[in-house]
Amino acid sequence: MPLVSIVDVRKSFGSNEVLKGVSLPVERGDVVAIVGRSGSGKSTLLRCINGLESHDSGTITVDGLEVGGAATDMRVLRRQVGMIFQQFNLFPHLTALGNVMLAPRIVLKMGEREARDIALDMLAKVGLADKRDNYPSQLSGGQQQRVAIARALAMRPMALLCDEITSALDPELINEVLRVVETLASEGMTLMLVTHEMRFARDVGTKLVFMHQGRVHEEGPPKALFAAPQTLELQQFIGASRA
Amino acid sequence: MADFSLWVIVSNLLLAARWTIALSLIAFVCGGVVGLLLLFARISGVRLLERFVFLYVEFFQGTPLLMQMFMLFFGVALFGVEISPWMAASLALTLWTSAFLTEIWRGCVKSVPLGQWDAADSLGFNFVDLMRYVILPQALRISVPPTVGFLVQVVKGTALASIIGFVELTRAGTMINNATFRPFLVYTIVGLIYFALCFPLSLLAKSLERRLNAAR
Repeated sequence: MPLVSIVDVRKSFGSNEVLKGVSLPVERGDVVAIVGRSGSGKSTLLRCINGLESHDSGTITVDGLEVGGAATDMRVLRRQVGMIFQQFNLFPHLTALGNVMLAPRIVLKMGEREARDIALDMLAKVGLADKRDNYPSQLSGGQQQRVAIARALAMRPMALLCDEITSALDPELINEVLRVVETLASEGMTLMLVTHEMRFARDVGTKLVFMHQGRVHEEGPPKALFAAPQTLELQQFIGASRA
Repeated sequence: MADFSLWVIVSNLLLAARWTIALSLIAFVCGGVVGLLLLFARISGVRLLERFVFLYVEFFQGTPLLMQMFMLFFGVALFGVEISPWMAASLALTLWTSAFLTEIWRGCVKSVPLGQWDAADSLGFNFVDLMRYVILPQALRISVPPTVGFLVQVVKGTALASIIGFVELTRAGTMINNATFRPFLVYTIVGLIYFALCFPLSLLAKSLERRLNAAR
């Protein structure tokens, strides 16, 4: 059974149907790169998986729990699925360490020491052990995003949702974040990334999903799709992003 | 008729000012507690609660404080319940203050970026913890200057309690004027005492605003 299973999901904002029946299985250890033009529904799809947006019809299950299902405690589900955002969304009133520790302390009800140990481990993992006492405003964008990754990892999630996590970064800061994601991928973390980094999608992804007008227009192994896109829309998209 | 020296006038007004301060403190502390509870109701996501608080706030913001005091003082008496001017004034000021603070604080909560809610939600926080650890600490910083600024309105609002017969600074001024027939002198002193109470609060609000902005 797939870790994340998306079946015929639809979602409208008012009269604008953003997702028009999306189906997608994600296996454990998959690195799914979701690409497409803006407005194609990529981010909305990602936000439906942990219930930040509610879908209108269809089903999404994560490790057997149905998103939005009557029997599902969404807070339990969300602990298992980490999310990283374009704008980092670090808590500005807490230090890097405080950001990473908070959810283990409060949501998982860990003791201070245990939460701190885990948080320090995670900060070390993203290469920011020495920045633990810095506030987000004292960190670069790349550093903030790495703290955000550490914050998500500290919950020991089964999967990570990455919503255009390098789009707000200066070009020279993108790689430090991508390197961290690549390490996670190599360690077997299940990842779903909405991204504009085509080279990263091709080299690190195990699956490429091209979304177009609210549907999965084409999907498959990234290298094969990049080499020989089957549909005109993907050809154009790849062509445009090379230019 | 006895001759009132300036010192007698000033000292009596200062004594009465204690009640202005007491009334202000009661209004602010009780209004703050009620306002915080209303704030939670206002942003709880429960439609009925939100609607109720919306109407509550609109009522107290949309009618004069004086009328609210009259309604409490005379209205409650209609039901055969004795209510002292002291009680009526405290109650009316508390309700009035809570309505304004709820609205001020709601604005502060709303000004915390949506991404903060997303981040906390995606980490599995429940509503109370999300408010307590993520949203309120940030909203609090934003709220301090306007809250302290509003305290000035509360202090001045207590003057209306004089009309339902509560002896605070303004009422004492009226009484002393009735005995001395020196309205300009008496009310100038009354005004100066109000100013002495409010001006430091305004300064505090401004300096807090500067300090909190600098910390960002």
